[in-house]
Amino acid sequence: MIRFEDVSVTYDGAAAPTLSHVDLHVPEGELVLVVGRTGSGKSTLLKCVNGLVPHFTGGLLSGRVVVAGRDTRTHPPRELADVVGVVPQDPMSGFVTDMVEDELAYGMESIGLAPPVMRRRVEETLDLLGLAELRDRPLLSLSAGQRQRVAIGSVLTTHPKVLILDEPTSALDPGAAEEVLAALQRLVYDLGVTVLMSEHRLERVVHTADRVIVVPGDGGPLRVGTPEQMMVDSPVAPPVVELGRLASWSPLPLSIRDARRAAGPLRERLATLSAPRPAPRPTATKYAFTATDVVVRYGPVTALNRLSLRAANGEVVALMGRNGAGKSTLLGALVGLLRPAAGSVRLGNVDPATLRGRDLVHHVGLVPQQPTDLLVADRVDSECAASDLDAGAAGGTTRDILERLAPGIRGRTHPRDLSEGQRLALALSVVLAAAPPVVLLDEPTRGLDYPSKRRLGKSLQQLASQGHCIVLATHDVELAAEVATRVVVIADGELVADGPAASIVVGSPMFAPQVAKVLSPLPWLTVTDVAAALAGAS
Amino acid sequence: MPRWLHPGAWWLWALGLATAASRTTNPLLLLLIVAVTGWVVSQRKSDAPWARSYAVFLRLALLVIGIRVLFSVVFGIATGTHVIFTLPQVPVPAWAAGVRVGGPVTVEQVLLAVYFGLGLAAIMICIGAANSLASPSRLLKSVPPALYEVGVAVVVAMTFAPQLVADVARVRSARRLRGRPDRGARALAGSVMPVLEGALERAVDLAAAMDSRGYGRTAGVPRRIRITSGALLLLGLLGMCLGVYGLLDVGTPGTLALPMLSAGAAAAVVGLLLAGRRGARTRYRPDPWALPEWLVIIAGVVPATVLIVVSVQDPFSLLGQSSPLAWPSLPLVPAAAILCGLLPGLVAPRPPGITAPQRVQALDDPRPKVGIGT
Repeated sequence: MIRFEDVSVTYDGAAAPTLSHVDLHVPEGELVLVVGRTGSGKSTLLKCVNGLVPHFTGGLLSGRVVVAGRDTRTHPPRELADVVGVVPQDPMSGFVTDMVEDELAYGMESIGLAPPVMRRRVEETLDLLGLAELRDRPLLSLSAGQRQRVAIGSVLTTHPKVLILDEPTSALDPGAAEEVLAALQRLVYDLGVTVLMSEHRLERVVHTADRVIVVPGDGGPLRVGTPEQMMVDSPVAPPVVELGRLASWSPLPLSIRDARRAAGPLRERLATLSAPRPAPRPTATKYAFTATDVVVRYGPVTALNRLSLRAANGEVVALMGRNGAGKSTLLGALVGLLRPAAGSVRLGNVDPATLRGRDLVHHVGLVPQQPTDLLVADRVDSECAASDLDAGAAGGTTRDILERLAPGIRGRTHPRDLSEGQRLALALSVVLAAAPPVVLLDEPTRGLDYPSKRRLGKSLQQLASQGHCIVLATHDVELAAEVATRVVVIADGELVADGPAASIVVGSPMFAPQVAKVLSPLPWLTVTDVAAALAGAS
Repeated sequence: MPRWLHPGAWWLWALGLATAASRTTNPLLLLLIVAVTGWVVSQRKSDAPWARSYAVFLRLALLVIGIRVLFSVVFGIATGTHVIFTLPQVPVPAWAAGVRVGGPVTVEQVLLAVYFGLGLAAIMICIGAANSLASPSRLLKSVPPALYEVGVAVVVAMTFAPQLVADVARVRSARRLRGRPDRGARALAGSVMPVLEGALERAVDLAAAMDSRGYGRTAGVPRRIRITSGALLLLGLLGMCLGVYGLLDVGTPGTLALPMLSAGAAAAVVGLLLAGRRGARTRYRPDPWALPEWLVIIAGVVPATVLIVVSVQDPFSLLGQSSPLAWPSLPLVPAAAILCGLLPGLVAPRPPGITAPQRVQALDDPRPKVGIGT
């Protein structure tokens, strides 16, 4: 169905080819997962399939890519629209119309299908993806998971033989991610669609894949194989695989179910060892921040409903909950961007909404969902200098912090050219330059691969041990299990659960990390803990 | 069965009433036109966001009348004898003779300003009615295939505007997080670049997505036809502009206006049909054009035609007179024609999503308890 023959791609001005000499064949009806570090060329590989590389992005492509018998050299993306459906990373950026039904029909209108066919396919697609209730809704009013499903539906209506998805679940909460994956599996099993997708959150998708393509990122050859083969030594692997590697299970389990079957002996052994003790909660009398009965409204919608939360220095609080639960709103209120309609927010004894300029950055810092929002300069050097100036810190402060968080970034680089992890590190350094006691992060792991995530986790723990109070809003249960001393679950603007990470996430089917699911009822959360316990015992 | 009336029908109805309004300065007729649009809007507006635009246009119209009166009071020439008050007169240099600032203000003068302002206001309110009744994106969906690309550009622009507003807010809060001023001119200047960068990035993303979804697939069309269609379109539009001007301007003879308008329209239609052949696209669920659409158009055409005819034959009857001071008279035939404009409130289908007003039913009423709109 998709055939790459000796394909190399070199972007304009790049020193080395992004992909070199790729030979690849994806047969019909397979669900293929593309994995690799950030910046390894996954997106380029995906964009080659429908000709966006090189027709749209520019650059030099040698060799040839043939999809359903059409060569992308002679067929620009629009001529492939009836065979290849592409769902971009941010579905909102690809929407052309403003209503769900029109969006589903748009692609069919472009390729000129007869009206009765269009009508039938729209109805079928609405049913297939469970969108029937949403047909008359404006796209702007949908939740992130619903948008992702509409985006998939809007390319499905043209009945493409190939579906390309770039990180379809990275912005979704665990529940919405499962909805999207279930829809994808139905397409593969029932309709025989060939699916090629990239995803950093392997723990969500790896067990659904028929094959895995590992993009090494150093220009080396692609490695293709079954997930079991590939996960043995893949540079990126989900926790369940890491646990399997640690316990040397063979074959390597990919799903929780397989791992639980293999985990009997390990559970018995771990039961004799003392479980990792949750870090003692700092018994503070003074809190870094106190939010009392906070109410925030957007028009008629109540985003936070009498929510109270406080945290002490040295704590790492993970805010969890589905998309739209009010996590970002709470962070906005803590940093004073949103003025509560009722209740109060205090940092120490100051109201953040009254702080301006330098006063604010010395009290609290927020790394927004898109770290680039925070960046102003066109070079890393000047960004660091500007940050020192903004924070009133000694020259070189930001650069030193950045060097600790992400060593080896060249000063001349444009922030937009950094990898996701480096960009996050830069934004975090900017925030830390003012040494605020309270550091907030909104969805920091979006687009981060496992190694970058691990580094972020370490940095956050270090910051906490230096006395910062850290709050991160995240869907990433693995990160929360790794770094959080406390987990707070929010639903519909209300606080639902609050307690030590172990006691909150272990019992929850939605928020439990993979290791906890495999080893349940034992209270181990992370591979690191298990490894440490085993090493201590032997 | 609730459905959307074809947006083109709403616009033709509203333009018909607007044409009627442009032909008269009789305040009673103008107020009648405003009342007619108001009633129809109240009967057939949906709960969509654009439906609220009628109120906005009403306010704008009041503003127009206010400005008109203000200018008349300050710069106008006093006519009539009923002086309300006298403004201090500003002496003007000799070269500006004819310009008058201040001086006595009369009732007649203010009334005349109100009448003229009302004429403009009524036209605006008619446009507002069309805006609130017809969905802008559905109107764009029914543009001829030749204008399809332009239509998509407008739709994209319409969805970009709210995102741009969101971007500005985001960049402003990011500036605040950096400890920089987030208010005032300097903050605004500092946030222009990031907002533009974001918009550009999104535009590129959208272009890629549209390309991947088949935007711009064309069927091969010979060059000669392309050029002919373009020329026809341009000439046709020019002719229509001149024709419309002639029709609305009382001074131009109607004999010139109508042929110009129809010839222009014909040329444009042929051009559009020719140009439409180059697109390979089809249309999903086009709005049907059925009996209600025809009735709604007739309800707009009747007042326009009657008022044009009357204004040619008996121009005096449509003018609002303020001196000597008298209660304006209501010419019966034009008034009846304008009342035809009420028809859409009865015959147009209800838009989806709003329910019919609850009927009060007697307890012993044997009919099933179901409203019309369900």
